[in-house]
Amino acid sequence: MSSLERSDVARLAALARIDMSDGDLDRLSGQLAVIVDAVAKVAEVAGEDVPATSHPIPLSNIHRDDVVRPSLAQDAALAGAPEAEDGRFRVPQILGEDA
Amino acid sequence: MTDWTRASAAEMAAAMRRGDVTSVELTRAHLDRITAVDGDVHAFLHVDAEGALATAREVDAARAAGDDLPPLAGVPIAIKDVLVTEGLPTTAGSRILEGWIPPYDGTVTRRIRAARMPILGKTNMDEFAMGSSTEHSGYGPTHNPWDLERIPGGSGGGSAAALASFEAPLAVGSDTGGSIRQPASVTATVGVKPTYGGVSRFGAIALASSLDQLGPCGRTVLDTALLHEVMGGHDEMDATSLNEPVPPVVDAARDGARGDLSGVRIGVVKEISGADGGFQDGVKQRFEESLEHLRTMGAEIVEVSCPSFEYALAAYYVILPSEASSNLAKFDSVRFGMRVEKGNVERTMAATRAEGFGDEVKRRIILGTYALSAGYYDAYYGSAQKVRTLVQRDFDAAFADVAVLVSPTTPTTPFKLGERIDDPMAMYLNDIATIPANLAGIPGMSLPAGLAEEDGLPVGFQILAPAREDARLYRVGAALERALTDEWGGALTAQAPELEVK
Repeated sequence: MSSLERSDVARLAALARIDMSDGDLDRLSGQLAVIVDAVAKVAEVAGEDVPATSHPIPLSNIHRDDVVRPSLAQDAALAGAPEAEDGRFRVPQILGEDA
Repeated sequence: MTDWTRASAAEMAAAMRRGDVTSVELTRAHLDRITAVDGDVHAFLHVDAEGALATAREVDAARAAGDDLPPLAGVPIAIKDVLVTEGLPTTAGSRILEGWIPPYDGTVTRRIRAARMPILGKTNMDEFAMGSSTEHSGYGPTHNPWDLERIPGGSGGGSAAALASFEAPLAVGSDTGGSIRQPASVTATVGVKPTYGGVSRFGAIALASSLDQLGPCGRTVLDTALLHEVMGGHDEMDATSLNEPVPPVVDAARDGARGDLSGVRIGVVKEISGADGGFQDGVKQRFEESLEHLRTMGAEIVEVSCPSFEYALAAYYVILPSEASSNLAKFDSVRFGMRVEKGNVERTMAATRAEGFGDEVKRRIILGTYALSAGYYDAYYGSAQKVRTLVQRDFDAAFADVAVLVSPTTPTTPFKLGERIDDPMAMYLNDIATIPANLAGIPGMSLPAGLAEEDGLPVGFQILAPAREDARLYRVGAALERALTDEWGGALTAQAPELEVK
């Protein structure tokens, strides 16, 4: 596994929807490369025959009875939104580059 | 006049039942203490004096009317800001949630309200619980009451510091890799990470869902057990909640306090006990003395080896960022929290997350995005999940032979604020002894073991038990606590330097 380059960090930040300035990239790239190199050792130890564990105490088929019950009122659900209109979340335009 | 802030929660509850003190008096005493010292400590992000006093008045009135009240009714509590509280600001230590008022209560919040405990306020933490020092809080660090220049641990440094500075007798914490136990260790308080699924996480802002666990924090083992019973138990709102009764932790704490551990086999985990170096001398010394106490009470101490723990830290720092990068996608400037307008919704989202998240959160999101990306998934996340299996197998083998495992909670006493902030790997090494429990889902406790010879700062003793056997932590912990407090002539927190009262 190769270490993380500055250009990788820029690409990952874009995927994760976090704007990064040149200063951010300078600061974080070196630290991230150190961490990636350190955690790469996970690949050293476990062979093909070791199963993966996703949850420490697996439970399955967790359901509740399918009955209607009260939920958050619309105004409560919208109360924390940066912007709301007509009972909905309002967002900036979703298409195009220009606002 | 009695200073009630120094009492244990169990003593406060008993005193109220006897009529020696009211909940309003207790709550006021703690609010006054917060006013006097929290300017220096900064354990709280939000204090709700009115709400706490309103609950206290209701409890006092109910008691006067002869109502049957829950055991901790009227005992004030602090809640880590990771848990949502209807009507009280909740930020998880992040600027991205500044000013957000949740429209609902988390399950543990509801249980605390049902237990009639006045909620003093919300405690500081590393942003989204990512950190071991509270220095990654978006609102400035908490200071360790033992030495204000030092870290109070993290992520739950606010809850631990509130206890150690007598601002609250009990607190809620959350532990993803040690965030309850490590702060307890460096502040000479008690903290328990319950078995995964033992306490509902509904309404706890998620960091890494396969590791996160809410748990109780207190100054004594019994107090911690009393809160554990309030918080624990099945909840259908959390699909990972265990559908079984809360383990009998209060009975176990009372039993342990008798000081008899005859026939209990205790394993010292070689890999996390400083046998191979890396642990401060004073930490090892206090740990050895605690082992001696356990032996004196009849326990048999053996050494056990968990060879795959060597890979636990690496696995943790793959799994946690991976899950966090997914969990934190919800902070998208649409439904709650900050919005920084910048053209279309996608650019607004990226500008908001750049402004609202701190460096550690950005580091971990990028790390997780990388570990989960095509071509790297098997090598990182897949391998880390296999290490998780190996860690579980190590624990299974060890618990086939011993009842509990023990180690120092942290390799060192609290370090100075600022010392490791620019060196993430050094910061991550704090959690070397606490992380394996989260990977395996087993319960763990930290309790005070004394002060290190060389710097006079707190050392923590960690106890680990098999899944669902949380009661064993309390039995062994209460026994050790009794032996140590007999030796010290009282609780270790009583030896903390006096804070300047303002």
